[in-house]
Amino acid sequence: MEITDLSVADLQARLRARELSPVDAVNALEERIEAIDPQVQAYLSRDLAAAREEAAKADVTLPLGGVPIGIKDVINVTGQPCTAASKILESYRSPYDATVIARLRAAGAVPFGRLNLDEFAMGSSTENSAYQATRNPWDLTRIPGGSSGGSAAAVAAREAFATLGSDTGGSIRQPAALCGCVGLKPTYGRVSRYGLIAFASSLDQIGPFTRTTRDSGLLLNAISGRDPRDSTSLDQPVEDYTALLGRDLKGVRLGIPKEYFVDGMDAQVRASVEAAIKQCESLGAELVEVSLPHTEFAVGVYYIIATAEASANLARFDGVRYGHRADAPKDLLDHYKRTREEGFGSEVKRRIILGTYVLSSGYYDAFYLRAQKVRTLIRQDFTNAFAQCDALVCPTSPDLAFKLGERTDDPLRMYLADIFTIAANLAGICGLSVPCGFGEADGTKLPIGLQFLGKPFDEARLLQIAHAYEQSTDWHKAQPTL
Amino acid sequence: MSSPELDVRYVANLARIDLSDAEIAQFQTQLGRVLEYVEQLSQVDVSHVEPTAHANDITNVFRADEAKPGLEKKAALANAPRQANGLVMVTKVVE
Repeated sequence: MEITDLSVADLQARLRARELSPVDAVNALEERIEAIDPQVQAYLSRDLAAAREEAAKADVTLPLGGVPIGIKDVINVTGQPCTAASKILESYRSPYDATVIARLRAAGAVPFGRLNLDEFAMGSSTENSAYQATRNPWDLTRIPGGSSGGSAAAVAAREAFATLGSDTGGSIRQPAALCGCVGLKPTYGRVSRYGLIAFASSLDQIGPFTRTTRDSGLLLNAISGRDPRDSTSLDQPVEDYTALLGRDLKGVRLGIPKEYFVDGMDAQVRASVEAAIKQCESLGAELVEVSLPHTEFAVGVYYIIATAEASANLARFDGVRYGHRADAPKDLLDHYKRTREEGFGSEVKRRIILGTYVLSSGYYDAFYLRAQKVRTLIRQDFTNAFAQCDALVCPTSPDLAFKLGERTDDPLRMYLADIFTIAANLAGICGLSVPCGFGEADGTKLPIGLQFLGKPFDEARLLQIAHAYEQSTDWHKAQPTL
Repeated sequence: MSSPELDVRYVANLARIDLSDAEIAQFQTQLGRVLEYVEQLSQVDVSHVEPTAHANDITNVFRADEAKPGLEKKAALANAPRQANGLVMVTKVVE
């Protein structure tokens, strides 16, 4: 077995036993990245010298001691680039650590490498990156999902042991499903957003990509908790998210939202997800049908609220304090308008325009306020469903990974790829995608993800359920050939 | 819901983004379709529903008003496209 094939738990055990050193782990990753990243293109940059230096000093007795962790290029790490895959931040260097990075370091981990994404995390395919299109490790002609496509592809391709991503409408869970890894979106407020470049502040949450559910719990242990620098992080006690792993599913009630099994879903996705649900039943789970009646409105609500918040958040890119600035502006208005025209890519501009429009005088009530009210109904749907069950189970994405270029001309169709993941962000609940099989397209095997959605702050239970399913299958052991 | 009367050129000015004529035409069509899609929200009866701004029911988080170490001046200025004398330079605002 190659070093890079190890899970975080196994790697950490070997580091702790001094069978391997943290520098060995960094070097093994570097070798793997050099060999395959020219094809996968998951990394935007990496600072090998800094990682080696930190690895040499890592305390392997800590929970993540000596484990290198890849970071989505939208989370600040002192001295490193943080481009958000945008030209507007091409030359930016982070002057501080995001709270999740400070917490990873406190747990002994070594941040290593900056991973590609859709510009400002806006997209579902990672094709909106201003720098490169990351490929799906299972089929290099296909997208890895997005927006955290680099974070997902790197874990699947064994060029990272684990990574951090961010999830605003599915940007962790959807690429995890399409690349065949475990992706966890924590409850809103579980993990500090301080140092995450904001897309939609009421929806964004940072979470881990890993190859196993146990690793997911280990990372969540490290990054969770209230942070005085993020007033929306909550003071809920941080549990040991691996504590319930190994418990079976007897007595667990799993809700099946009937609105998530509608026509239009890929037949192979449906078959795999239905088989996985049967598997959960055979492991002792009790299945209950539930209804989330406002599901069909979630995408519409999301694209109003997320773009509205984005239009305000991205106003900070003004070419004054950081980022690109247009040359020789004739006045301040020209300075702003050309700076932003030159710095932002097409999808970002499109969303800023939409967000500005739905907030503008005369349209605020009709679009933004109405969307906020429907958001209330979507939240209530989940509250009602969770009165009947412990967690929900459903597909993560309606489709297998699609071809590069297939949807770039059709934003609406791209938006609909997030149909099963968006509602969790609107409701603020936690969700996770775990591999549940493969479909086939043009003779290639492509991963399928099973999504579990949990009550707010019920991540320990969510991981217990996903772990019980995962351990009864071999899906998480499958590897792409590269 | 009022019918979408999106004028991309006007909104781009509000958002302080220059757009080419080609982009304006493209966004007009694409966002027109998105707005047509979100028009479905008008089917929902929201007459007795409170809006949700945030998934967590928290308001007014307070902290003690105490000075704490922040970014040093050098670090705060390091990313500024133009600076002089320890200050960020802004394009002229007044004549």
